[in-house]
Amino acid sequence: MAVLIDKNTRLIVQGLTGREGTFHAKSAAAYGTTVVGGVTPGKGGTTHEGWPVFDTVEEAVEKTGANASVIFVPPPFAADAVMEAADADVPLVVCITEGIPTLDMMRAMTFLKTHPKTRLIGPNCPGVISAGKGKAGIIPGHICKEGTIGIVSKSGTLTYEAIHQLSRLGMGQTTCIGIGGDPLIGTSHIDALQLFADDADTEAVIMIGEIGGSAEEEAAAWIKANFKKPVVAFIAGQTAPPGRRMGHAGAIISGGSGAASDKMAALTAAGVSVVKSPADMGSMMRERLGR
Amino acid sequence: MKIHEYQAKAILARHGVPVPRGEVASNAAEAGEIARRLGGHIVVVKAQIHAGGRGKGGGVKLAKSPDEAESIAKQMIGMTLVTHQTGPEGRVVGRVLVEEGLQMTRELYLSVVLDRQSGKAVFMASSEGGMDIEEVAAATPEKIHRIYVEPGVGLVPFQARQLGFAIGLEGPQVNKLVKLMGSLYEAFIATDSAMVEINPLVVTGQGDLLALDAKVSFDDNALYRHQDLRDLRDLAEEDHLEIEASKFALNYIHLDGNIGCMVNGAGLAMATMDIIKLAGGEPANFLDVGGGANAEQIRNAFKILMSDKNVKAVLINIFGGILRCDVLAQGVIAAVKELGVPVPIVIRMEGTNVEEGKRLLSESGMNFATADSMGDAATTVVQLAR
Repeated sequence: MAVLIDKNTRLIVQGLTGREGTFHAKSAAAYGTTVVGGVTPGKGGTTHEGWPVFDTVEEAVEKTGANASVIFVPPPFAADAVMEAADADVPLVVCITEGIPTLDMMRAMTFLKTHPKTRLIGPNCPGVISAGKGKAGIIPGHICKEGTIGIVSKSGTLTYEAIHQLSRLGMGQTTCIGIGGDPLIGTSHIDALQLFADDADTEAVIMIGEIGGSAEEEAAAWIKANFKKPVVAFIAGQTAPPGRRMGHAGAIISGGSGAASDKMAALTAAGVSVVKSPADMGSMMRERLGR
Repeated sequence: MKIHEYQAKAILARHGVPVPRGEVASNAAEAGEIARRLGGHIVVVKAQIHAGGRGKGGGVKLAKSPDEAESIAKQMIGMTLVTHQTGPEGRVVGRVLVEEGLQMTRELYLSVVLDRQSGKAVFMASSEGGMDIEEVAAATPEKIHRIYVEPGVGLVPFQARQLGFAIGLEGPQVNKLVKLMGSLYEAFIATDSAMVEINPLVVTGQGDLLALDAKVSFDDNALYRHQDLRDLRDLAEEDHLEIEASKFALNYIHLDGNIGCMVNGAGLAMATMDIIKLAGGEPANFLDVGGGANAEQIRNAFKILMSDKNVKAVLINIFGGILRCDVLAQGVIAAVKELGVPVPIVIRMEGTNVEEGKRLLSESGMNFATADSMGDAATTVVQLAR
């Protein structure tokens, strides 16, 4: 088992004909994902790298039976792409795009509330990979190994780091979910943890947070009340100065909230094994599992 | 992106938020003229820098006459103003805002920001205006009141009335607040703002509401569709290395330490700073070269790092997901050859073709140390920087 993506996933790529879309569609297919086509408005009816291209998501879903979409569309058009996918009732929509205006996302999030069949992952995220089964996004498949650890993370390359540490210590992964570093995201830490709670094959979870907002504190409270599996956590930005946006749009300590120390304290109080060093995520997991 | 108070007030006024009469001056004579135009009575001279706490630092002064306004402006323009938000180095004052002096009976607080949890704009108001809202939140959180705006519906008058009554306004002022909040929300949406803050919002002797101070910052992601707002950027308020880095589309933040960092990905870049600190060192910067870092970006990144004279050693931490490590190594070697980097460089890379990358680095005959893990890399670079 895995969550979100498995062998039944039929993936379309919104923005397939662009450079990023093409590269990552090929990479997903090479990893064993069933990629069934793409959407580029105005290029419908053509084929690209052997895949059919459609003008609309609705048509793509109708013709290919797609049940997941990954979005590689430039920031000014990405919120539109998310809403189009939701309107076509695509169950899983993964938005990789970084740099979407907050007000555009605010509208998209409101739209999503009236389209409950769609789960959005991201934006500004590396996507989702289920080890050995398939992926939607940019997480490199070759660093993953099939196993029993779930990962949920706000950061891309830090997710790769966690995967790498686990794989190197012989611990494989079920699914790795990059939820994104923007202030408004479709799937929260809690949502991802809920998926892992319900997945019999996921034995434990690595959770990676970063400064800004209070999602990690909310996750801590939820873990304490609901989550029975071991959790190892790292919070990036322990040394970040307040008031500065650290790369990600959401990574800012402001108004007296969002500091790493508060998040670490809340998680520790919830029984989570919080590591101070990003180099210790894998070894702490091994310790928690007694291996 | 942050802007100055006088720019923020101009934007708010355009959308109908009442602000005091006033104009900005870039020299003392202008300040005197403005004071005369305002009627020759009491005026307030306010230093324009992108930081709060100006009053305590001597950046806000009352002048009883145009001549006094001129002499205050003469002292203020060009001075280095230090506040709790500027850091010890302070900011040089380039302009002053000269505004009419006002009688006021109350100082309130009003702001609108994005609430991440609900995905809505939230108005916050308090009866305790004129002081740091973070202090109010810490000491008397019950004095901060909030209403959430439904996207697609917008601000509804009853919500504004709720907030008005909660902060102790009475009949006619509540109606004025309803109008003011409507204008404020309109400005917030029209400019893709990240935050609009009025602190204090004052009730004048005549019973009017007025934005005595205003702070506005924009959503950087939305600036592409606001040429007029991009023009408000004041480079004098920014770190010169950060300005250079922004020209190369590098995500760089200048810090105080001596270990330069070059990392791909924002989360890993923050984590690299954290691990340097844990190993007993101090990072000189945050630098995310982006997911698809290429040779050109690495060269640009070295240029920025080497412009910081505090940097005694460099740590490159790249997790090559898509990027191949041999290509990365070639990029680093070429950049170091071209630029002649005079400090030790520790490279930790992981991902595709990592062995080939390491071989290229070790055979280059240059001053590289390689590390197998983030932990080793941090320990090594901290030693080399001593």
